Amino acid sequence: MLRRFFERFSWVDFILRLFQIGIIIAMIVGLINTISAGRYTNAQWATLVFAGLAQGSIYALIALGYTLVYGILRLINFAHGEVYMFGALTTVFLANAQARSGFLDEHPWLSILSWFLLAGVVSTVIAVLLERIAYRPLRNAPRLVPLITAIGASFALQYTARGLYGAEFRSYPTVDALAGTISILGFNVPVVQVVVIVAAVILMIGLIGFVDRTKIGTSMRSVSEDKDVSRLMGIDVDKVIVITFAIGGLLAGAAGVFNGLFRPVGVFFFMGFFPGLKAFTAAVLGGIGSVPGAAIGGLLLGIVESVFPNLILEGLGIPSANQLRDAFAFTMLVLILIFRPQGIFGEKLAEKKA
Amino acid sequence: MIQNRAPEPISRIVTKYGLIGSLIALYVSALGMVESFSLRPVVGDFLTLGYVILAAGPVGAGILTARALRDRTSRRSAIGASFGAGAVSSSLLLVLLVVIVIFVIRPDEAGAEVTLQVMFVNLNSGLAEILTFGLGNLLGALMLILFCTIMGGAGGAAVLVRDPLRAGLVTGVILTILVGIFSDTVSQVLQQVSGRVIINIVFVQKSLRPIPAVLVFALGFSMAYFRVPRRSKARWQQVPDTRQKSAKRGFFIAGLLLLIMLPWLTGLFLSQALFLIGLYIIMGLGLNIVVGYAGLLDLGYVAFFAFGAYAMGILTTTSELGITNLTFWSALPICVAAGVLWGLLLGFPVLRLRGDYLAIVTLGFGEIVRILALSDWLGPIQGGPQGILHIPNPVIFGVTLNTPQTMYYVVLLGVILAAFVTIRLRDARLGRQWMSMREDEDVSEAMGINLVSTKLLAFAIGAGFSALAGAILAARQSTIFPHSFNLIISINVLAGIIVGGLGSIPGVIVGMVILVGLPELLREFTEYRFLMYGILLIVVMLVRPEGFLPEATRKRELHSDEPGMAPAEAAPLESVGAGGQE
Repeated sequence: MLRRFFERFSWVDFILRLFQIGIIIAMIVGLINTISAGRYTNAQWATLVFAGLAQGSIYALIALGYTLVYGILRLINFAHGEVYMFGALTTVFLANAQARSGFLDEHPWLSILSWFLLAGVVSTVIAVLLERIAYRPLRNAPRLVPLITAIGASFALQYTARGLYGAEFRSYPTVDALAGTISILGFNVPVVQVVVIVAAVILMIGLIGFVDRTKIGTSMRSVSEDKDVSRLMGIDVDKVIVITFAIGGLLAGAAGVFNGLFRPVGVFFFMGFFPGLKAFTAAVLGGIGSVPGAAIGGLLLGIVESVFPNLILEGLGIPSANQLRDAFAFTMLVLILIFRPQGIFGEKLAEKKA
Repeated sequence: MIQNRAPEPISRIVTKYGLIGSLIALYVSALGMVESFSLRPVVGDFLTLGYVILAAGPVGAGILTARALRDRTSRRSAIGASFGAGAVSSSLLLVLLVVIVIFVIRPDEAGAEVTLQVMFVNLNSGLAEILTFGLGNLLGALMLILFCTIMGGAGGAAVLVRDPLRAGLVTGVILTILVGIFSDTVSQVLQQVSGRVIINIVFVQKSLRPIPAVLVFALGFSMAYFRVPRRSKARWQQVPDTRQKSAKRGFFIAGLLLLIMLPWLTGLFLSQALFLIGLYIIMGLGLNIVVGYAGLLDLGYVAFFAFGAYAMGILTTTSELGITNLTFWSALPICVAAGVLWGLLLGFPVLRLRGDYLAIVTLGFGEIVRILALSDWLGPIQGGPQGILHIPNPVIFGVTLNTPQTMYYVVLLGVILAAFVTIRLRDARLGRQWMSMREDEDVSEAMGINLVSTKLLAFAIGAGFSALAGAILAARQSTIFPHSFNLIISINVLAGIIVGGLGSIPGVIVGMVILVGLPELLREFTEYRFLMYGILLIVVMLVRPEGFLPEATRKRELHSDEPGMAPAEAAPLESVGAGGQE
């Protein structure tokens, strides 16, 4: 028994385990310190949680694009954040034109609907072009190759947007119809956040239904299991892949508009990079390849990112903890990939696949 | 899937490639490249870089059409078709012109608020004027069609004309354009050598005068047209071994002398570019070990660069952040050691990750380091967002190295050291282990390779090189800010080694000269630098995944059907350096 233990003992595992335990202890210490200090009221925590949920539903919509593409092509579509950016950045001009002409105040819902249409179309077109130009010719290349083109495409798209639309920061107009707060469970929550959360959840449920129930959804699942057999079954694999990219683009476009409603400022050519990385984190957190996993991972990441800096880092006595918010999300990504690469819902990938 | 399709009709080929060319031309125009590049004249004051860029679309259309039709029709009708493709490629530009005239210029005149320029910032009357050659709308549009048609035909001719003439024409045109574009560089070198007289004869305000341009074209043309068919390689192999060795040594020494002379030949401004290129070569050689040899895609490489720079800053600065006040030379080894240590520490948690997961985690590490460097939390140690000031320049024999020309030598030393270490490691047991691990981890482990130590050594040595570069940068700039260490540097280095050819040392050098040197020389490029990187990465991966100067084995892998690839063929510099122990 003891001999077998020593035969299987590995220093790498041992040190990684120590590292893991250390992090858990630090988290618990921070948590206890913050709670016992009692610096924030319940209402403040609720504000953080709802803001986190709204941000998280935006991450979740982007994450669905990552997870769909990864499920089918085993490719990290590094440029997906840029797909999101293109929709959001193009729509900002429509939104501002509508605000200037007064159309937004007269028909707020109609004009928000038009934003969704424009952002969805632009993002879908970009996603499909991306697939056609940068990924399809490399379908059978070694796996490092499409990853590098994805990085290249990410830069090319960012600076294309910069060349087209300029480098200035732009912002969405405020929608008066969505101002104000409503009371949920006794807490005052801004209407915008509720609308964003509800609409995003409807989209996610719709997508899950689409993948589970429709014929195209079935062929998507089939292609993600085995491309060659799917082809034998009469499925047009290229078409399914294009549809997958298109759906991812559509959701990313919607996320862009939600982001504009929830956080109107800071719309510029680089805006997609960090949400893209974080959405990837969310997809990994939920288990990349799993559609409900990405949705829940996104919501979870939003809450963690919004609550944890105050909850844990301040408890550990780190000054201005909110500066480290982004570092927190990335640390989480690193920790998940190291300790539980299959995520919450993911299948356990064989090592070769991962 | 297999079916006997009738060959595509010629008209369809012409339309298809014409539209592709048109899209390219539209893209460069709408992005503002045509307009901002037209500030740099190439020949006289009529041919600007803007037109060269604009011509890329039609020329490309002509080339593609001519290639598609080369084996199908007669030469004459193929050239005709490429003229046609050129004409088609003007179509979207005409649409763009109409759009600019109607939606941009008119509303301004009418005083209306909404113009398209609010959205597409580069669609302005300046662009319209360039596209119409300043001839007014109607005549200009006709001129534009003519221009595109001729360029399409030229592209076709570049494929279809018979060879000595073709090579001559193509070389002549490319040489003329290059001399025109790099007139700054050429004239700086000329000035160091011969003073201002020649410059005034050849150039007028950064642009080639027309008559020298014809001479340059003639030079390029005759170089290619009258070139003796090359058999130098075969002849080289007949030279006896001892003479080969001494000749190699001679070349080596001559090259070294040239490298030492370089900053004094090129002047102050170019020395700064050389300095930067050298810095990136050091980093590229380090990342080449991690990605090229060991096959571990590391996107957080900038973290080690930052560690090196901050270590140098903290160890030597005279401000209150300094802790030791060491000199540059005594701090340098400590910085490198710190980099190696961090490489080990950060390499450890990712030992079990592979492929794209590894890429994302290292990217996360890079971002975490940057965010931490920016935060107030670590401010008391490394200055937070204010960075570290007053880092002394290196001093050697009482001379302070504070100019780009003198700092160049420090970088040169670093490059030589890094190249030497890389070559020795590559040919050693460790290098073979890395490459075996790159090909297949499981098989390597079964062959008795200790994956843990092999991977960690790759991370650590790569990190050491990067820290060396960071330390040199800190000493050159005297100040470091956390904003300088962002992801773009990692991408920069990665793009350089991939474009040059993964795993190949001359490839790293060529890649960095292209990716770091060119934007320094072409200030107009800087705004479009990252766009170029992005497009270059995609194009290189699609067209030539092994890079410009690939490592011999990788080239063989990717083109296994082409026999007779001699290993030394692609690596002249390597064989000079490694000549002694082979």
